[in-house]
Amino acid sequence: MQKFTTLTAIAAPLPLANVDTDKIIPARFLKTIKRTGLGKNLFNAMRYNEDGSEKPDFVLNQEPYRKAEVLIAGENFGCGSSREHAPWALLDFGIRCVIAPDFADIFHNNCFKNGILPIKLPAEQVEKLMADARLGGNARITVDLEKEEIVRPNGERIGFKIDPFRRHCLLNGLDDIGLTMQRAGAIDSYEAKLRETQPWR
Amino acid sequence: MVQSAKPRTLFDKIWDAHVVDRMEDGTCLIYIDRHLVHEVTSPQAFEGLRATGRKVRRPDLTTAVADHNIPTSDRRKGIAEEESRIQVETLEENVKAFGVPYIPILDVRQGIVHIIGPELGLSQPGMTIVCGDSHTSTHGALGALAFGIGTSEVEHVLATQTLLQRPAKNMRISVEGTLPFGCSGKDMILAIIARIGTAGGTGHVIEYAGEAVRALDMAGRMTVCNMTIEAGARAGLVAPDETTFAYVKGRPHAPSAANWDKAVAYWRTLPSDPGATYDKEVVLKAAEIVPMVTWGTSPEDALPVTERVPDPAATADEKRRAAMQRMVEYMGLTPGQKLSEVTIDKVFIGSCTNGRIEDLRAAAAVAKGRKVADGVYAMVVPGSGLVKKQAEEEGIDRILIEAGFDWREPGCSMCLGMNPDKLKPGERCASTSNRNFEGRQGPGGRTHLVSPAMAAAAAVTGRLADVRELG
Repeated sequence: MQKFTTLTAIAAPLPLANVDTDKIIPARFLKTIKRTGLGKNLFNAMRYNEDGSEKPDFVLNQEPYRKAEVLIAGENFGCGSSREHAPWALLDFGIRCVIAPDFADIFHNNCFKNGILPIKLPAEQVEKLMADARLGGNARITVDLEKEEIVRPNGERIGFKIDPFRRHCLLNGLDDIGLTMQRAGAIDSYEAKLRETQPWR
Repeated sequence: MVQSAKPRTLFDKIWDAHVVDRMEDGTCLIYIDRHLVHEVTSPQAFEGLRATGRKVRRPDLTTAVADHNIPTSDRRKGIAEEESRIQVETLEENVKAFGVPYIPILDVRQGIVHIIGPELGLSQPGMTIVCGDSHTSTHGALGALAFGIGTSEVEHVLATQTLLQRPAKNMRISVEGTLPFGCSGKDMILAIIARIGTAGGTGHVIEYAGEAVRALDMAGRMTVCNMTIEAGARAGLVAPDETTFAYVKGRPHAPSAANWDKAVAYWRTLPSDPGATYDKEVVLKAAEIVPMVTWGTSPEDALPVTERVPDPAATADEKRRAAMQRMVEYMGLTPGQKLSEVTIDKVFIGSCTNGRIEDLRAAAAVAKGRKVADGVYAMVVPGSGLVKKQAEEEGIDRILIEAGFDWREPGCSMCLGMNPDKLKPGERCASTSNRNFEGRQGPGGRTHLVSPAMAAAAAVTGRLADVRELG
């Protein structure tokens, strides 16, 4: 997994609530057996007309947001299905950080497994960043996971909190399967106890 | 296993019984009892195992089936669509290479993963059950902690039979009294989501309680738990009781005779202790529930069928007004229009929400002796081969076929339109599925979520009719 330490980048404003995973990547694009290549269909219905041409009013079809690496979003971002294709599509497009008032649980979890940092902030702070994002290319924001703070274009700092274990894994790009396999002894003894006490499981 | 004097909830008990290890920050390594695998969210997980030279730790606790993008027409000829075929073939290669039990497409037990888990007795009270699919919450109806996971976590479970998780908060939703005539578990859960919102359960596990929940059969409980994810909670739970035990008993993977009594004795200890506390509590009166229908593009935008399409202009909140305006436009509705007068083009009866035998019986009871309205295409997709077989034994297929419904092979079908069953742009569908998101059933498609009885009523009237008027 790609590490996430600090990022200074263009942020794209997407001020919609309940952006579901079907909006992020519709089901018909889930037929891939790879993790890559989904970026072109990210936000497919909002981004393209039926004939495949771009919708010029959609934010990611505009400069400088085609190069956005941060997404500022509304409430309950990523609701709906568990498809990890949603963070894969964001990542493939180039998004490394999503900032929103809150996230759906599974999507939130999936981000951490793919080197994407989802940051929950109070709505009024998201609004400030949304306004910054609307300023375009000269208004880059900095996200520092080590210090757990965002630096606005005007220099103001906004703090955030990430679970210590997840932060550690993201900062170091750690594969948590490897970490869990180091605990194989604990899993073995759990299974041994289970065979004795609850043999039907 | 942690023992404590503090009264515990059903969720607390299942959680405590599955903690393998605990980290300093509260993250736990929890053991997974059942892992269900399907073709869409597993290929990258198996690829990950290959790349790292890892094995599946417990193939015996894993079951794979293809459901999402298989056609619901005759499958003996194979899958015509290339990408879908490759995904299913990839699953078949993976289960072979890693020794995972697999239910082939032409096997009578094939079906939607959340239908077959309970049906085969794989899902049992007190278990932890995961699948790379958000509607895994369905299995919570048995009193199991069941939730959807992403593909990275699928790989984690395949390799270690555990997951790294933080404990959820406890929420209890009690539905008191008796559900009125014409209402089902589907109407109950739509009323709940309309009340608490699509993020109302975020971070929580919802335990459903109260007389109306206890009175639901297992199919109704599964419908309620299934759509718990639509309220933002990853898992829903119903405490196991006699209804649950009677359902599990005798199923192919249920505890054997020697273990049955032991298992039941354990399951009886699972219901929440008196005095257990919840982080959030919601109470609904069953008597106030009316057959529900969604009008917007989020499951929370549900109303009694007796209501009218809401007027965005009458909404004070600016953001909400804009969202409502977008939904009304996308759905092609007129504010103030009576919902029961909205005409439909298609009807879909099926899915992991409402593809069980009880759901098909409810639809057939309404369709019996009636005809699908002119210009309406109505399809019925049983949740599994076993559901289909039982329906055919009961003559349900004949009732529906005589009424003009299309009787299909099992699968996820038009719930998410990954196979050829899709809405065309602008088409309006009364659907027993779980999500009315924009484009969910096909690009530009318009979905109204309803119960199986309401879907059948829509099919025979050509509109979102109130099923109670059909008697």
